[in-house]
Amino acid sequence: MDKSGAVDGRSMIRRRAGLRLWLSAGWLAVLCALALFAPWIAPKDPLAQDLFLGRLPPFWVQGAEPGYWLGTDSLGRDVLSRIIHGARVALAVALAAGTITCLVGASLGLMAGFLRGWVDMVISRLIDIWMAFPPVLFSILLIAVLGPGLGSIIIAIVVIDWTRFARVVRAEAMAQGAMDYVASARVAGRGRLGTMVREILPNVLPTIVVLLTLEMGIAVIVEAILSFVNLSISTDDPTWGGMIAEGRTSVHQAWWVLVFPLVTLFLTVLSFSQLGEGLKDRFDPVLR
Amino acid sequence: MPFLRIFLLRLLTTAITLAGVAVIVFFVIRVVPGNPIAMMLPPGATEADIARLSALYGLDKPLVAQFGIWIAGVVQGDFGTSITTRQPVLDLVLGRLPATLELSIMALVMACLLGGAAALTGTRYRGGRTEGAIDVANGMALSVPDFLWGLVLILLFGVLVPVFHISGRVTPSLDLPFATNFYLFESLIRLRFDLWADIVAHMFMPALALAIPLAAIIGQLLKQSLKETMNLDYVTLARTKGYGETRVILREALRNAALPTLTLVGVQFTFLIGGTVIIERLFSYEGLGNMAIDAVINRDLPLIQGIVILFAVIFTAVNLIVDLLYTVLNPRLRHG
Amino acid sequence: MSFLSVQNLSVRLKKGPPLLRRVSLEVAAGEVRGLVGESGAGKSMIGKAVLGILPPSVEVTGGEILLDGVDLLRLPLAERRRRIGALAALIPQDPLTALNPSHRIGPQITDRLVDILGWTRADAEARARALLAEVQIPDPDRVLRSYPHELSGGMRQRILIASAFAAEPKLIVADEPTTALDVTVQKQILKLIAGMQARHGTALLFVTHDLGVVSKVCQRLSVLYAGMVVEDTSVADFFAAPRHAYSAALLAATPKYTDPSAGLTPVPEAVIAAVQAEVAAFDRGGAHG
Repeated sequence: MDKSGAVDGRSMIRRRAGLRLWLSAGWLAVLCALALFAPWIAPKDPLAQDLFLGRLPPFWVQGAEPGYWLGTDSLGRDVLSRIIHGARVALAVALAAGTITCLVGASLGLMAGFLRGWVDMVISRLIDIWMAFPPVLFSILLIAVLGPGLGSIIIAIVVIDWTRFARVVRAEAMAQGAMDYVASARVAGRGRLGTMVREILPNVLPTIVVLLTLEMGIAVIVEAILSFVNLSISTDDPTWGGMIAEGRTSVHQAWWVLVFPLVTLFLTVLSFSQLGEGLKDRFDPVLR
Repeated sequence: MPFLRIFLLRLLTTAITLAGVAVIVFFVIRVVPGNPIAMMLPPGATEADIARLSALYGLDKPLVAQFGIWIAGVVQGDFGTSITTRQPVLDLVLGRLPATLELSIMALVMACLLGGAAALTGTRYRGGRTEGAIDVANGMALSVPDFLWGLVLILLFGVLVPVFHISGRVTPSLDLPFATNFYLFESLIRLRFDLWADIVAHMFMPALALAIPLAAIIGQLLKQSLKETMNLDYVTLARTKGYGETRVILREALRNAALPTLTLVGVQFTFLIGGTVIIERLFSYEGLGNMAIDAVINRDLPLIQGIVILFAVIFTAVNLIVDLLYTVLNPRLRHG
Repeated sequence: MSFLSVQNLSVRLKKGPPLLRRVSLEVAAGEVRGLVGESGAGKSMIGKAVLGILPPSVEVTGGEILLDGVDLLRLPLAERRRRIGALAALIPQDPLTALNPSHRIGPQITDRLVDILGWTRADAEARARALLAEVQIPDPDRVLRSYPHELSGGMRQRILIASAFAAEPKLIVADEPTTALDVTVQKQILKLIAGMQARHGTALLFVTHDLGVVSKVCQRLSVLYAGMVVEDTSVADFFAAPRHAYSAALLAATPKYTDPSAGLTPVPEAVIAAVQAEVAAFDRGGAHG
């Protein structure tokens, strides 16, 4: 006969959720620290070029130079310092773009799902049209229009990804709106806006929070992709995507230029996503 | 006939969506700074030259007029002329389409195989460490986008253990006897397996990168669906007939569990196709996505419009096919 | 020598309360034995244990199930399934969920014949047609090509009955086969099952909560309370003079359709208390006689 028992499964999920919540939150906390204190933590100046120190390998490989822990790129810039400074752009984009996309998308979704009628029709059509655009292409287009820069990237992400929140929140709002507690609120004389905010929002909040962490991870990726295609920020400040683009071209001669920013990016995106999953498990009333 | 009405309604919403896409892309890219004509001409070009060429491409007229001209052309099948290559947009775009289609479909097949295998194995050995391991792998594959997987694959199998090619559709020195741009398909039909192998070696990694996130979704969804189906009475009855567990999963549960997965897979497939833009760039694969990025960088307005419209048409077509497939595969819907 | 011999079978929820308390019963070849009891008494659980389809949340803690002399519980899983598939069959309770909605009726009857017993498709289909005729289904060819959702509940139950007899099993477990049906249809189905059992000479383990059904179809019966067998006797003896107080109360509680004005007699508190005390004594470790 089968081995599993329902009781065992639940506690295992809880343990796993706890572990991944702490691991991902931990990594993100480290990143925040790196970003905040970059100028003091980074061992070298991220912009300092020295062609005599070009393509030095990481410290455990033959031929490494002390002080350049993760090696240097083709222009002699310290990989580790560049990664630390790259965290600043990444997190700035994640927080700003993530929260604004969340606000815009969730609001529109809430309105569409709760107010229904022509509001819903217009917003739904807009969502359909938006979903017919390939997101990466759309973002590249927008950056071309808006010009490079941190602000442009944030706007681009908001413009492209608001549908992610809008769809989900709209569905939840529609489901919640049909429930009894909303009807009783209306009967009690609450205006539509009041009902929307006070009754529906709290119930939709867990979903929104989970999507928010997901969106932050996506924002980091979008910035990386744009840097990769050379359309990100305009200054010489290092970005993970830019480092990856350089690393890609010299991958056979200096693999570390690609590997370390890639690993950092990988862990960051993974952490945002797992943070969201962990939060979702926490919020799930079935598992409590 | 109710089917006809539903079909016409779908057609109408599709038309509105495509129209919306056309409008948005048209006007958004006209706001682009940087004159494509000026970029095209040699540095010594005079104002008159620029003006003349601009007039040729109709860029001097008011925006709304330009839109009208373009739409009139589109309806007749003329998508304008590419500014950078002077060739008809339609030809360029249709020329690159097969590459992207082949890549996307290969990725879809890989995703179904990987995801299906994960779900079936997880169901067959449920409750143990196998299922746990599969869940962890799934979770990770789900959280990381195709772009990162592409880079990881380049490192692993392009550099570390160089098995596959990391750039292009085919080894440049090869002589290709193809009539169409469907390299993969034609090489099979012509029984040129040497070419086929080379093409697959080039396509494998970009396709895999695209496939991994979709495979994870399929794996998760299908496993969940199978879990529910396995508790149903007809599955229990099958066990009493003497069938082993694997047989029961494949014969009785799979078809019923797979159906709900289908709709979500359709939507996710359109995301996969969208992902070809960056993956093709990453692997220097000569498809639509790669051309699109160049078009934006070069401000080739008609080409950008053409590509975006084509993507939108593809997405809508995929959605339509998925809905059709669902109706066909569900016996209850078929006999109404 | 009985065909089915359950000896001291104990089953419980994994890390939870017992569901079957050292249940023993015998079914001779060609015999019809009833398993009666109120809901939750464990009668279905016995049938599931015999056919190897206990739910994953439940585990066997002791006893033997001898099917034609071989203990199923000592066999490896694959062999157990094969043996059960060859010798036994199930008539399930709910005809609306027991057929696979994605497959036509034909394959659902012929599958075990072709895949497991190695029959040819033609032979299997001929057999299916013959079986459908036996359960009095008109136009068998059309039915064989149909999907389950195109047929009525009553018809689906007939198909399930026919399907159970397909491989000529020596034992059939009928798990409350008439409970999910309309009252008007129940009698027909019951007659059908009884008729087929007699014709094919199959042993039948009939799970039901309806004593009336037992009187019509069964030769012997076991009465269950809380997973414990409180009476095991022939049907004739049972209806004449039940030995256990609980059985007597059950009999008395059966509504008399011939006398609508007579009130309903529920099982008295005292009897329930007494039988619960027996269960408690069993759990404390006393032997059960």
